[in-house]
Amino acid sequence: MASVRFGVVVFPGSNCDHDAYHVLKHVLHQETTFLWHKEASLKNCDVIILPGGFSYGDYLRCGAIARFSPIMNEIIAFARAGGVVVGICNGFQILCEAGLLPGALIRNACMTFVCRDVYLRVENVQSRFTSVCSPGEVLRIPIAHGEGNYIADEGVLRQLRERGQILFHYCEYDGSITSAANPNGSTENIAGIMNETGNVMGMMPHPERASEQILGNTDGRKIFSSLIESFVLQPLVTH
Amino acid sequence: MFRVKVVITLRKSILDPPGKAVHHALESLGLGAVEEVRIGKILELKVRGSDEEEVTRIVDEACKKLLANPVMEDYAFTIERL
Repeated sequence: MASVRFGVVVFPGSNCDHDAYHVLKHVLHQETTFLWHKEASLKNCDVIILPGGFSYGDYLRCGAIARFSPIMNEIIAFARAGGVVVGICNGFQILCEAGLLPGALIRNACMTFVCRDVYLRVENVQSRFTSVCSPGEVLRIPIAHGEGNYIADEGVLRQLRERGQILFHYCEYDGSITSAANPNGSTENIAGIMNETGNVMGMMPHPERASEQILGNTDGRKIFSSLIESFVLQPLVTH
Repeated sequence: MFRVKVVITLRKSILDPPGKAVHHALESLGLGAVEEVRIGKILELKVRGSDEEEVTRIVDEACKKLLANPVMEDYAFTIERL
């Protein structure tokens, strides 16, 4: 399988950048490079990863300042041209702030930082982020955030539902969706979404922390494997 | 020069978890007369401009583009000539 070129963006305060880099480069053997936030080039990457962390110390709002980093102009143009962009945790917050994904992420309803494994039900396996999952499959993936409470207005929620843009719901181990399984108060237990054109995805859970047997869990690898496979099935057209 | 005070709060339709926690604490203090607490932030800006109209335009743009996120927040501001 030809290697997909991944770029992991590093903002001041990113702290899951090396985890994502490690999984992509050393576990999945893909060509992977870091992209410093002040760079103006995406170095011909096929996929851009906005990693977790606390960019700019979460000042003002999570992701609000990072959204104006120089590299974000390139990423916004790349995404609008169909380029594949994935935001994990803080990366999801940045994508919402940048307007590449609808809605916003506010303070957890429980008011505390939550760091534990959660179960996710995969809702749409037609996406390039979930294609190796089976319909309704339950993944166990850790979360670690204080602002992961997804909100959007009713019109946006309806569109997300109708167009299959909700990729993951927080659920119980058996896949049932209950309020007890919702770790942060997210509207309708939403844990991850994609944009209408299916090339930009944001999720609060951390698949890069659950991609190696030595860590006891490889469920997260399915997200990255889906992405890699999608390039084999559908060669890249942008750049 | 003008001094502008921008007040940003979560939109009314959105639950404010910290505000709720503070409200509970006030109730425990016996201050049950406080019916609601909404927590926001205040930003003090110093802005150059020839008149209030120009400053309003500048601050409005700042709020829309960065200071507030219209998906979740409302903003209001007052302007004082220095």
